[in-house]
Amino acid sequence: MTTTDSSATARIPKGKRRLGDVVFAGSARGAGILILLILAGVATFLLIQSVPSLMANTGNFLTSTEWDPNTNEEPRFGVAALIFGTVLAALIALVLATPVAIGIALFIVYYAPRRLAAILGYVVDLLAAIPSVVYGLWGVVYLVGELRPFYGMLETYLGWIPLFAGPVSSTGRTMLSAGLVLAVMILPIITAMSRDVFQQVPQANREAALALGATRWEMIRMAVLPFGRPGVIGGAMLGMGRALGETMAVAMILSPSLVISPFLLQSGNQTIAAHIALEYPEASGFGVSALIAAGLVLFAITLAVNMGARFVVSRRKEFV
Amino acid sequence: MAKRIDVSDLNVYYGKFHAVENVNMTIEPRSVTAFIGSSGCGKTTFLRTLNRMHEVTPGASVTGKVMLDDIDIYDPSVDPVAVRREIGMVFQRANPFPTMSIYDNVLAGAKLNNQRISKRRADEIVERSLRDANLWDEVKNRLNKPGAGLSGGQQQRLCIARATAVEPAVLLMDEPCSALDPISTLAIEDLISKLKENYTIVIVTHNMQQAARVSDRTAFFNVEDTGKPGKLIEIGDTNKIFTKPDKKETENYITGRFG
Ligand SMILES: Nc1ncnc2c1ncn2[C@@H]1O[C@H](COP(=O)(O)OP(=O)(O)OP(=O)(O)O)[C@@H](O)[C@H]1O
Ligand SMILES: [Mg+2]
Repeated sequence: MTTTDSSATARIPKGKRRLGDVVFAGSARGAGILILLILAGVATFLLIQSVPSLMANTGNFLTSTEWDPNTNEEPRFGVAALIFGTVLAALIALVLATPVAIGIALFIVYYAPRRLAAILGYVVDLLAAIPSVVYGLWGVVYLVGELRPFYGMLETYLGWIPLFAGPVSSTGRTMLSAGLVLAVMILPIITAMSRDVFQQVPQANREAALALGATRWEMIRMAVLPFGRPGVIGGAMLGMGRALGETMAVAMILSPSLVISPFLLQSGNQTIAAHIALEYPEASGFGVSALIAAGLVLFAITLAVNMGARFVVSRRKEFV
Repeated sequence: MAKRIDVSDLNVYYGKFHAVENVNMTIEPRSVTAFIGSSGCGKTTFLRTLNRMHEVTPGASVTGKVMLDDIDIYDPSVDPVAVRREIGMVFQRANPFPTMSIYDNVLAGAKLNNQRISKRRADEIVERSLRDANLWDEVKNRLNKPGAGLSGGQQQRLCIARATAVEPAVLLMDEPCSALDPISTLAIEDLISKLKENYTIVIVTHNMQQAARVSDRTAFFNVEDTGKPGKLIEIGDTNKIFTKPDKKETENYITGRFG
């Protein structure tokens, strides 16, 4: 025994740090810090650049709907209408896209034959690969014209709901059109997230429902949807984050005006992102600084929604 | 209420793999039939064909006939959903719905059959089913907590309560006690004895004493070799199977001699 003791300690080497580990840990940590630095850098930039116009602003930045910062004396501007428009467009997109995405995801996972499911999944993913400027072109050149008669019908039959009150915009370049195109753009991410969680529903839970005599739809309501709900919500919020920041499609489709208008079939409203894109070329005086201040607001909204999404998605891990 | 099951010439396949060969048996109403046999001989596979749960497994297929009283359950005009409402099942592994409370778990099946249950009636069903499954005292103060928060054995009893809450004509139980302590096992055996007054019960078990205690008839399954199909060796009165079975294989298995 005594002889093996010494050789045993010799055989187990001291915990030494291997070069590969050190390099890898170092570069991983470096990348992490870099991301944080970039994020902080952008936030600081937005903050510093927006201060001059905010100091000089003679209107109320948060409650005013005016936008008149392109001067060196007494600029007046506010983001109230822009915040409203941004959130409205994203909400329309969310309300339209989420049920469709859930439907597609359920179809892919539980109804479609295997081949069709694969093809469909691929097509939905392709939607995500289309650049937003192309969506914008499609929207303004083709879709708004096609939607015009449909909007007329909406007004005729549902005009008593304030949202759909007339007169219908003659161009069709309305908030509803912009929201619709945004809905198509965020469809893939919500579908993909929903499909993933629906696929993860344990076989045992699905069999439990079926063995109780559930039909396929009852099984989905009983075992699949409750299990998948946090994932679907997370996907919807990630989609909303995308819709909030979407610029080109909205800028091309919407015929903007800085008002707070709940009438989806009339022209009007504007989103922060599209406003920045359209105003920037004309900006002078405090103009650029004011646009940067608006950008800061968008950054804050998007950050809040994304953090909300992460929170919801991470909570579902405890559940499983 | 209780119904007779008549199985003739039943074969089960997973894709090309022939899992169970040529089973003929009658399962009597108002009695307990035990399935015994070594691991992998096809007890679960066969059990799942009795309420068409095999159809849920991709690639599984069946030939032969299963009659529930005078209805051929494989007839194309018969809805598998209707079959499963008549023939309930408790799985080998406990599978409560993780997102539902204990209360809702028990009621899950009952609500399928009857969407509008009064609160009073629902409370009654929950209490009766949980008492029968010997779980009531342990959970009565936390009925609104998630079912997944229970211990493994408690979860299995919750699943038994969920299956009996719908009062099926036939109850298939796949090793319902394999995760239970002796006291709960006895409670489930009591429950089985009580249920057999009204129901037809099939129980798969690896526990010989349990088969001997609770069952009226016993079916012994065996498989010659892995890769070969499992077969029903013999079925008969439990007494007879455990004392003087017809087949040598059965005797070897019962007495613990293999080979
Ligand atoms: N889904 C499946 N796909 C393919 N083969 C399967 C499947 N399920 C079971 N089998 C095979 O069928 C045979 C019978 O399995 P089964 O689960 O019915 O055995 P069992 O008698 O219930 O065993 P145990 O006592 O261990 O539960 C085994 O050889 C098994 O590998
Ligand atoms: Mg089994």
